[in-house]
Amino acid sequence: MSVVFKKTEGLTEKQTHYCPGCTHGIIHRLVGEVLEELGVLGKAIGVAPVGCSVLAYNYFNCDMHEAAHGRAPAVATGVKRVLPDNVVFSYQGDGDLASIGTAEVIHAAHRGEKITTIFVNNAIYGMTGGQMAPTTLIGQKATTAPEGRKKELAGMPLKMSEMLSTIDGAVFVERVSVHNVANIRKAKKAIKKAFEVQIEGKGYGIVEVLSTCPTNWGLTAPEAMKWLEENMIPYYPLGNFRTPEEGK
Amino acid sequence: MATEKIILAGFGGQGVMSAGQLLTYAGMLENKQVSWLPSYGPEMRGGAANCSVMVSDSPVGSPIITNDATSAIIMNLPSLDKFENDVAKDGILLVNSSLIERKVEREDVTVHYVPANEIANDLGNSRVANMVMLGAFLEATKAVETDSVLEAFKKVYGPRKEHLVPLNKEALERGAAAVRG
Amino acid sequence: MAKVLMKGNEALAAAAIQAGCKYFFGYPITPQSELPEFMARELPKIGGMFVQAESEVAAINMIYGAAGTGARVLTSSSSPGLALKQEGITYIAGAELPCVIINISRGGPGLGGIQPSQADYFMSTRGGGNGDYRHPVYAPATLQEAVDLTMEAFNVADYYRTPVIVQGDGMIGQMMEPVEFNEPKKRDLPVKDWATTGTEGKRKPNIINSLFLDPQALEDHNWKLDRKYKEIEENETLHEMYKMDDAEIVFVSYGTTSRIVKNVVDTLREEGVKAGLIRPITLWPFPNKAFTEIPENAKAILTVEMSTGQMIDDVKIANEGRLPVHFYGRTGGMIPTPDDIIAKAKEILGGAK
Repeated sequence: MSVVFKKTEGLTEKQTHYCPGCTHGIIHRLVGEVLEELGVLGKAIGVAPVGCSVLAYNYFNCDMHEAAHGRAPAVATGVKRVLPDNVVFSYQGDGDLASIGTAEVIHAAHRGEKITTIFVNNAIYGMTGGQMAPTTLIGQKATTAPEGRKKELAGMPLKMSEMLSTIDGAVFVERVSVHNVANIRKAKKAIKKAFEVQIEGKGYGIVEVLSTCPTNWGLTAPEAMKWLEENMIPYYPLGNFRTPEEGK
Repeated sequence: MATEKIILAGFGGQGVMSAGQLLTYAGMLENKQVSWLPSYGPEMRGGAANCSVMVSDSPVGSPIITNDATSAIIMNLPSLDKFENDVAKDGILLVNSSLIERKVEREDVTVHYVPANEIANDLGNSRVANMVMLGAFLEATKAVETDSVLEAFKKVYGPRKEHLVPLNKEALERGAAAVRG
Repeated sequence: MAKVLMKGNEALAAAAIQAGCKYFFGYPITPQSELPEFMARELPKIGGMFVQAESEVAAINMIYGAAGTGARVLTSSSSPGLALKQEGITYIAGAELPCVIINISRGGPGLGGIQPSQADYFMSTRGGGNGDYRHPVYAPATLQEAVDLTMEAFNVADYYRTPVIVQGDGMIGQMMEPVEFNEPKKRDLPVKDWATTGTEGKRKPNIINSLFLDPQALEDHNWKLDRKYKEIEENETLHEMYKMDDAEIVFVSYGTTSRIVKNVVDTLREEGVKAGLIRPITLWPFPNKAFTEIPENAKAILTVEMSTGQMIDDVKIANEGRLPVHFYGRTGGMIPTPDDIIAKAKEILGGAK
């Protein structure tokens, strides 16, 4: 009997706690597959955030370090500076990275830390129950923006990839999505590249992955995929912002 | 010697901190108990500078001098105004008369007026005025040996500054001579 | 080893390096900046790493990450910076990682001032961060003691898997005294098999974590931590008794303030007043037992601090109501003078010997 599909060694047997239709599971799997395919699982040390993926340390099949809210890039810096030959990544949501942890991510990029960040942007605070994030779209409803986000009160949604791509040390910056198969394939390529950039010692790499939150968006799983495509991608355009070649 | 409690004070750049350090180091080389406590903060960036040095035969208790200094090396007028009354009765005041025109008002202390800047300029380097004052201090108090200060100079500043030892030695001697009169 | 004359901040840094610390993460703040400057200069020479973080918050979280690898790591700061570091300190305590944190404290609250102060006693001994945790706090009075305790702090941190604070005031940081670097007492240190260094496919993943969503699991964890703290109280409490055998007036003072008080004790004894000093060397654990050894003839306790009265709470707890407890303090960077302390002591004794 031929093997058609095999679960990646990059993930543990533990069943995830993510809601139906949430794309964290897909993104976890992509990261796990990349670590396995690059043969670096035994050298990998992941840093988990605070947010929906706070329990990521139970799912990745490598050494893991749970950080305080927003501080994952600082924790990852501490790990990598002691263990420069290991492969270190942070896995963070948009509340974690784009709000409370902006200083840490910007300065990790600024120092050109040789770490990789997987930035999962679903335009909302998931774990705390649907509050407005810096990435929440204009008009999008949230428990702390009951009438929908207003520019006058909360400003425009923050575009982290665009911002980070202005920083010299961020040598790889790409925004991807996982709302359909074609985009999942592209996302995996980007994640792989971001890890390769680290392994080659070129600098900081980040992949922003547009993600869904059917529970807090108040949508079904298929509706959420459609909402992402129709609302998030126009504001958060997909594509590569920086690669090492460009940085040369 | 019981405990020498010395205040060194002037403005930033006059070398009071480094003179204090050399004195402290010299004390250590003579196996005495020593401490050096600086003032610190924004005033260090060009304003007032002072430090307290203890040189003692017994372990140093508090490194702080309140109003019980046994001697003071005063490099400028604001420092004289500030520290004149912190020297204990029968203490010794060394005053840089090149920059301080007024006389010490107290009569219960011994005062030596040393034209440190003039002597330093005479030696061709205005920056050794601190060493002139230190030499005067050593002559007046015998707190440590002059040779110990020169030895400390070599240790603190290393081989790159060793060519300055003769100049500093002369500065110390000229200061001592000013006290001998 | 020969004595060298060093500035406090540099001596502390050199002691950390002597203790095998090769990694420093910090942020500039007066009056401790010579410490990171020394590390920036010296660590690269020994294959170590100095990182100037973007903030104290980031620095302590870098420490959290680096400590997770099992390396000996150090950060230093001064009072407002320590306040910012409390987030990381509680995570490090919760995740049971070893690290050493030096606080060269200054006056507060808020931005306060930059002169010597002991107003961080509460923050350091009561757990400045959230949750049920403690950590050892060493309060050296001389530079030699600062060097010895810093080296010891790394061993204690490794032995108990805990953050350890070495707390000096601005005077300890800025003054110069001769120091020598002596090996601390040997300890049988456990293997760091919990460290995140990569599995190499040879073991199950290690997870460094302070999150326990199951209340029972968190309670179990907290009682486990508590047992550890009891063990530290039992084994690591340090204090000095100075001329206490027949003391009628008992001073309690720590750090540089205790040096002033020692002079006061000597002066009072010259005048025929039987004075003594209990000097806590660890602020946590506090030397409660020392207070049971106060002689029968003692009349009163006088706590002297560079604060408006923080350690006095622990003194009252340790005293258990036996003697009246008095306080003399200066704060904001003002330093108590021997004359004022003596006057206060005489006032307490009612002018009588």
